[in-house]
Amino acid sequence: MSKLHTVNKSPFDKNSFDSCLTLAEDGSAVLLIEDGVYAAVAGGDVAARIADASSRLKVYVLGPDLAARGMAEDRIADGVSVVDYGGFVDLAEAHDAVHSWL
Amino acid sequence: MAYEINGETFDADEEGYITDIGSWNEGLADLIALDEKIEMTEEHWEVVNFLREYYDEYQIAPAVRVLTKAIGKKFGKEKGNNKYLYSLFPYGPAKQACKIAGLPKPTGCI
Amino acid sequence: MSDLPPIPPDDEDEFGVVKKFCYVNRKAPYGTVYALESLEMVLIAAAFDQDVSVVFMDDGVYQIKSEQAPEAAGMKNFSKTYRALEGYDVEKLYVSKESMEERGLTTDDFLVDVEVLDHAALSALMAEQEVVITS
Repeated sequence: MSKLHTVNKSPFDKNSFDSCLTLAEDGSAVLLIEDGVYAAVAGGDVAARIADASSRLKVYVLGPDLAARGMAEDRIADGVSVVDYGGFVDLAEAHDAVHSWL
Repeated sequence: MAYEINGETFDADEEGYITDIGSWNEGLADLIALDEKIEMTEEHWEVVNFLREYYDEYQIAPAVRVLTKAIGKKFGKEKGNNKYLYSLFPYGPAKQACKIAGLPKPTGCI
Repeated sequence: MSDLPPIPPDDEDEFGVVKKFCYVNRKAPYGTVYALESLEMVLIAAAFDQDVSVVFMDDGVYQIKSEQAPEAAGMKNFSKTYRALEGYDVEKLYVSKESMEERGLTTDDFLVDVEVLDHAALSALMAEQEVVITS
């Protein structure tokens, strides 16, 4: 069963992002939204965790939430793809279930 | 409360500040001024337009002290003082000029 | 008209007591309302001529990231208001070096001029304040 995981908290503030990466099955999708998008543009440890995750999971980030926070799309980590609201809907539709990490 | 011009209604709070800053226009400013018993002159418009620009740039209505200083910087010392601004807006430039400009009440306004 | 309020003097000295206030911002701007509320507290303290310092640390450094555009997501762009602080004579803005670097940010990313301090320097700064409000 394929799953779409969404993370809406900053990786520096809550451990939702880490828990999601720990428990998400290989091959499932992770979409970073709201304050979760900071993970896609971070440095240091978080950048390493994103790089590691993108090798076994499909990692997406919601473009409008990046733009709201002043983060340019050219700063996001390699292996992370940007989607718009339509892409969010497509992802939800393409997977059997959505798991929200709050 | 609300203002009405040619059948168009503009919602305002109980003190007369309009609730939708985007709905503001010069005709509405004249009407609010009339309600405040102020006849708009070029000098009044100078302050009102300055407030509109300030809000557009900073997303807040300035405190009186900040407004006074900024007006002085832009239009000269003879205008950057309370005496001048109160001569235009007797009940306080922050209160009346912001209301006419369609801005919210300044933060920290007492 | 006799009911007109008196015209206040230009250099108001009526607030008398000036305290050292330090506002420490630790939250990202849009996920919660803390950042906006803290900014309003800063403006009010400044309007009362207090000696105000503002610290951005942890996710609070994201509050002053340049080029924020939350309007499309239906939120007010209050990041522009940080640039009004100079006009309110609030010029002591500090950023945690560790927090900035951990997030892959540099001083070029900020929409206001800040002084970057390491944790030891921030700790010393907070120690000399009379009121510290963290949010």
